[in-house]
Amino acid sequence: MSGLDQAKMQLSGRGVACVRGGREVFSGLDFAAVSGEAVAVTGRNGSGKTSLLRLIAGLLIPAGGTIALDGGDAELTLPEQCHYLGHRDALKPALSVEENLAFWADFLGGERGDAAASLTAVGLDHATHLPAAFLSAGQRRRLSLARLLTIRRRIWLLDEPTTALDVAGQDMFGGLMRDHLARGGLIIAATHAPLGIDSRELRIGGTA
Amino acid sequence: MTALSALIRRDIRIALRVGGGALIGVLFFLTVVVLMPFAVGPDLALLSRLGPAILWLGALLASLLTLDRLFMADHEDGSLDLITMSRTPLELACAAKALAHWLAAGLPLIVATPVLGLLLNLDMVATGAVALTLLAGTPALTFTGMIGAGLAVTLHRGGLLMAVLVLPLSIPVLIFGVAASQAAIVGPMTFGAPFSILCALSLVSLVVGPFAAAASLRHGLD
Repeated sequence: MSGLDQAKMQLSGRGVACVRGGREVFSGLDFAAVSGEAVAVTGRNGSGKTSLLRLIAGLLIPAGGTIALDGGDAELTLPEQCHYLGHRDALKPALSVEENLAFWADFLGGERGDAAASLTAVGLDHATHLPAAFLSAGQRRRLSLARLLTIRRRIWLLDEPTTALDVAGQDMFGGLMRDHLARGGLIIAATHAPLGIDSRELRIGGTA
Repeated sequence: MTALSALIRRDIRIALRVGGGALIGVLFFLTVVVLMPFAVGPDLALLSRLGPAILWLGALLASLLTLDRLFMADHEDGSLDLITMSRTPLELACAAKALAHWLAAGLPLIVATPVLGLLLNLDMVATGAVALTLLAGTPALTFTGMIGAGLAVTLHRGGLLMAVLVLPLSIPVLIFGVAASQAAIVGPMTFGAPFSILCALSLVSLVVGPFAAAASLRHGLD
């Protein structure tokens, strides 16, 4: 896709420690991911998968260690180059599908693609004027995925991305992730279910 | 700039749609002021003496009523995460949200003031003075209230806490707002002095509010 910087990029963490509510979730975690690669973060419930994504996104402060990005845009911080897809989908029920997407495209800025094309890609083109309040859980997830497609960011941080998606939706999403990796993107996904693409596993908290 | 105007437009649009907060504040203001003559009784002189204070109290409580949702809604649906991560400085985003809140919830109060002035036996000059002081003073209420809203985000039962945190900050605004209105209506003070202080309070809160709110949001990240 045009404009995406194809330079090699590496996201790495060294000795990362996370403390939540006075309890150590994990410590001494080393990880690395290069562009074109997907990393599946696995581990039992409460092992810190979401925390790791939020640390990378700058939404939590690491209790120790460092997280660094080499080869990204030097003018931007790491969180500014990331897309974060969390449990909560950042949609406003009062706004229509189209308005929700247009707001994030305007607010997040940067290089953007065609919003209508992204909605078609995620299979929501028939519902553009529907208020988000009337969307099902799977449709809300699809709308969140459209945000990842409309605004170009090289790093995708995905927290259980396939939740609520039907089988066709998971196939569609697998295709979108493969396209993203082929353009030199980088995916870090916390997941229990198979991602549906080739990925490297990063296990947190031992083999429980 | 696109990012900020997009944020302002979104917040106003949500506030004006069904279930948004814009009308709640005005309706509350209306209720408080309409009930007051019935409670005070048919003493016209007393009503017009209390009028500015009643209008100011109503506006203060009405603006507090909807302020606690300023960041809460965005926090609950995850929008705040994306706003924090974005390329727009959090301070500017906070200022934009407060401005949108004032436009959607504060400005209608000022528009309603002349109508409500009639119920309180205020003449044209008095109503104009109160509306002018509200115009100058309500931004201070919104921008100081935003600090409490930022703190309330990460705490449960934040709404109650916000009232406790924000009320002391709004007392100076209330004092000088009512003082300026009274000065314009009955004297003997000049209108200029309390009105200037009111404007100064607003300007200070415009500067301090966004930084304090952004700091409390960052501190409360979880």
